[in-house]
Order: sequence, then structure tokens, then C-alpha cells
Amino acid sequence: MANKVMLKISKDALTQIHAHGEQAYPDEGAGFLLGMENGSRDVQAIFPLTNSREDSARHNRYLITPNDYLKAELEAERLGLSLIGVFHSHPDHPNRPSEFDRDWAQPFFSYVITSVQSGKAIESRSWRLSEDRSQFIEERIQIN
Amino acid sequence: MAILKIPTPLRSYTNSQAEVSVRGANVAEAMGDLVEKFPTLKPHLYNNDGNLRPFVNLFVGENNIKDLQGLETPLDENARVILIPSIAGG
Repeated sequence: MANKVMLKISKDALTQIHAHGEQAYPDEGAGFLLGMENGSRDVQAIFPLTNSREDSARHNRYLITPNDYLKAELEAERLGLSLIGVFHSHPDHPNRPSEFDRDWAQPFFSYVITSVQSGKAIESRSWRLSEDRSQFIEERIQIN
Repeated sequence: MAILKIPTPLRSYTNSQAEVSVRGANVAEAMGDLVEKFPTLKPHLYNNDGNLRPFVNLFVGENNIKDLQGLETPLDENARVILIPSIAGG
């Protein structure tokens, strides 16, 4: 699976993800990936959201509420797209998923994680939850 | 039968159906019917101890079942149940 799955994303969308992570710093920033799955998985837009975790936890946790989920789903439908994943930032931490990420992960979704070091977005990697929920498997990001 | 709306990440387990008809006098029974129809969905909705995972939110109409009678919230034949995940991580 690790060698087969891939996430295609435009440079512009990736730049927006990095900018959102930098704006949220030193807190975590998050939002949805909107796109299509048609042989390959293509991100065509992003939907940045406010981190709804309480102030004291926002530096290492993020939360997207059911209301925000519904807003994102409506926006995806309006654009003729689907929700295909989630992006979030790891302030001053590597762009690998945490155990907490895995516990709360949805199947199917791509999880793009961006490491933001000292306020500057460094690099993004993407992951999908394995079918047995035991681990995340990295998928290659192809920047178009 | 009530209608249960399935969120995007779980539709690959329901043959891409966005809505599924489920039997049940209350939300717990409807969810039980859902995972009986689509068994591979179960580990993504329930913990090993049989409780719903913490990211599972269920609404009957526009009301969160937490504000109603929880999983015991009764359903009528025309009820519309919406399953929405809280998206979280760290």
C-alpha cells in the first residue's frame, strides 16, 4: 500500500496549507482537503478552519467540530468535490502522526501534516490510517 | 425505517452509499443494524470494549443525541439520523 497510494496537490494549495500552519503558530492549525478520487487522489481546494480546542491545548491538539465538518461538506458539494482528507500542523515537532492522531483518525482520509519550526512551515507529509487502525501508512505527495 | 446519513470517510464501507436505511426503535438499535449490514464499518465506530468511539457524533434531525436521551433516543419510522465525526488529533 505504501508504494501505491499517492496524494496529488497543487503548489498553490500546499502554499495555503503552509500559510495556515504559520498563521496558527504556536498553536496547531487544521482544515479539510477537498478534491476527487478518480484513479488517483487529487486535492483541488482546501478549507481552512479555526482550531476549536481550548486555549491551553491548542499548541499540541486540534479539533474540528461537527458544525465545521458540515460547513466543509457543504462547501465540497458546492464545488462538486468531496472531503478527501484533513491537514494540520505540528508546531516545533516533526511531521509524523502522533498516537493521539491515530486514535482519532478516520479511515479513507489523507492526513497531511506540516512541521512548523519557529513559525516557519518546513515540510508536509501525508498519511493514511491502516485498515486495522494499528498504524498510519505514508503516502507520497506529488506536487503539481 | 430510519435513514442514517454516512460521512464521506466511511462511505467506502457502505458501498459508497451516503444514506442507509436502518431498523431500530432507538439510536443504539439503528447503529447496531448499520454495523450488522456493513460489518467492516464496526471497528471504525466502536472501541474494542463495544462503546462508540469518542469522535462519533449522532444527530436526530438537528439535535445531538447527547442533548436528547443518548443512544436510547427513540426513532420513528421517518427519523433521519446523521453521523458526523469530530475531527481531532495532536
